[in-house]
Amino acid sequence: MDDDVAVRVRGLRVVRGAREVLHGLDFDVRSGIVTGLLGPSGGGKSTLMRAIVGVQAMVTGTCEVLGLPAGSPPLRRRIGYVTQAPAVYADLTVAENLQYFAAVLGAPRTDVDRVLEQVDLADQRDRMVRELSGGQLSRSSLAVALLNSPELLVLDEPTVGLDPVLRRDLWNLFHRFADAGATLLVSSHVMDEAQRCDRLLLVRDGEIVADETETELLARTGTPTVEAAFLALADRLEGGGAA
Amino acid sequence: MTAALRATAVRVLQQLRHDHRTVALLLVVPSLLMGLLAWMLIDRPGVFDHWGAALLGVFPLIVMFLVTSVATLRERTSGTLERLLAMPITRADFLLGYGFAFGIAAAIQATVISVIAFGLLGLDVAGPIWAVLLVAVLVAVLGTALGLFVSAFARTEFQAVQFMPAVIIPQLLLCGLVAPRATLPRPLELVSDVLPLSYAVDAMQRLTVETGVGSRTWLDMAVIVGFIVAALALGAATLRRRTP
Repeated sequence: MDDDVAVRVRGLRVVRGAREVLHGLDFDVRSGIVTGLLGPSGGGKSTLMRAIVGVQAMVTGTCEVLGLPAGSPPLRRRIGYVTQAPAVYADLTVAENLQYFAAVLGAPRTDVDRVLEQVDLADQRDRMVRELSGGQLSRSSLAVALLNSPELLVLDEPTVGLDPVLRRDLWNLFHRFADAGATLLVSSHVMDEAQRCDRLLLVRDGEIVADETETELLARTGTPTVEAAFLALADRLEGGGAA
Repeated sequence: MTAALRATAVRVLQQLRHDHRTVALLLVVPSLLMGLLAWMLIDRPGVFDHWGAALLGVFPLIVMFLVTSVATLRERTSGTLERLLAMPITRADFLLGYGFAFGIAAAIQATVISVIAFGLLGLDVAGPIWAVLLVAVLVAVLGTALGLFVSAFARTEFQAVQFMPAVIIPQLLLCGLVAPRATLPRPLELVSDVLPLSYAVDAMQRLTVETGVGSRTWLDMAVIVGFIVAALALGAATLRRRTP
């Protein structure tokens, strides 16, 4: 495996129930940058992330993560994963949640304070999770993924519903992690977030429709925004569009 | 004991500690029921002794079964189980963490009920009280193990609580409390032989009338431990790291 590839996917197919939801994907996620996984809801973004993390059943094809097959036990302490719904215990305090997951990961004891600072929840550490606002809740879930300083962060819609200031702060944080050598794969259904990413993977109906930088995408489609580029690509795939 | 197992047990107890009302219900309700039973049987000497110890073995099964099946279902639906199984925790750590935490909760519950039953309500058994408590804790861990297992078959809390009548009430009917097991029709007697609560009630009834802990009582306890191991193994089989 090349050193600059964190995730290598070849011919990846996923079947859920009777339906194939990912139809043979081929792409690489490069190390040390923020890659945006963009596309509408229901296009397969979450399923793709679950396959990379190794919690998705019925996966065929190649999916190598940090040089190992996805789901290999050694990867479990090297990947930070945030599910779309905040996966933290509502009936514990923020700090108790982090202490628990830190113990499971074998993370250093100082990690709890570090991640609380990073997601700006230090002043909420002793509040019950069920009392947090929506934005605080998703940040508490993000904090868990930052424990043990993972090499790969897989974040499923981490900025949904956050206020713009906080969203900008989080994207800046993601880039600081990338500058420190981590690889980030961040999904969003908000096309505007493309400008925050170093590279883009556009997903639609279980296919990758673009794998390039924002500049390359806009130049190739001759469109002013990623939203317009996505529409242009969708129309092209459907043979000339609805008109 | 691994770090992940210990952390899981501590975490489950912390969740319980934050829930004051559940703790109060866990301790007060069985004690009140025991008081009700003593009052019902106040004019029938000796009958409360026969029933009281047996009930000490039944409460923890029902309560821990319900608490665990709902708690585990919540882990599945909230995504915390998926997050945990993407981390370096073994399925045994997860299951035994729950078993330890609720075993400790059950020991506290059984102690409180015993203090009230033996101290206040005049319950009298021939065997040692520590053995009565030991059976109660084993039954509680059995309830937890069964709850962990059946929660895999429920999608909602409504479904999870329906497993209580399905799994527990047949055991209550056939365990020998309603009718002595030897008087049951042969097929039902055979069924009662493979239900764990039968062994718990047998042990409690033997402790009621025999001084000391006889070898049959130890055997009953060993059978309950066997059921716990089997239920945990089945529970582990339902925990999948990869889900559809």
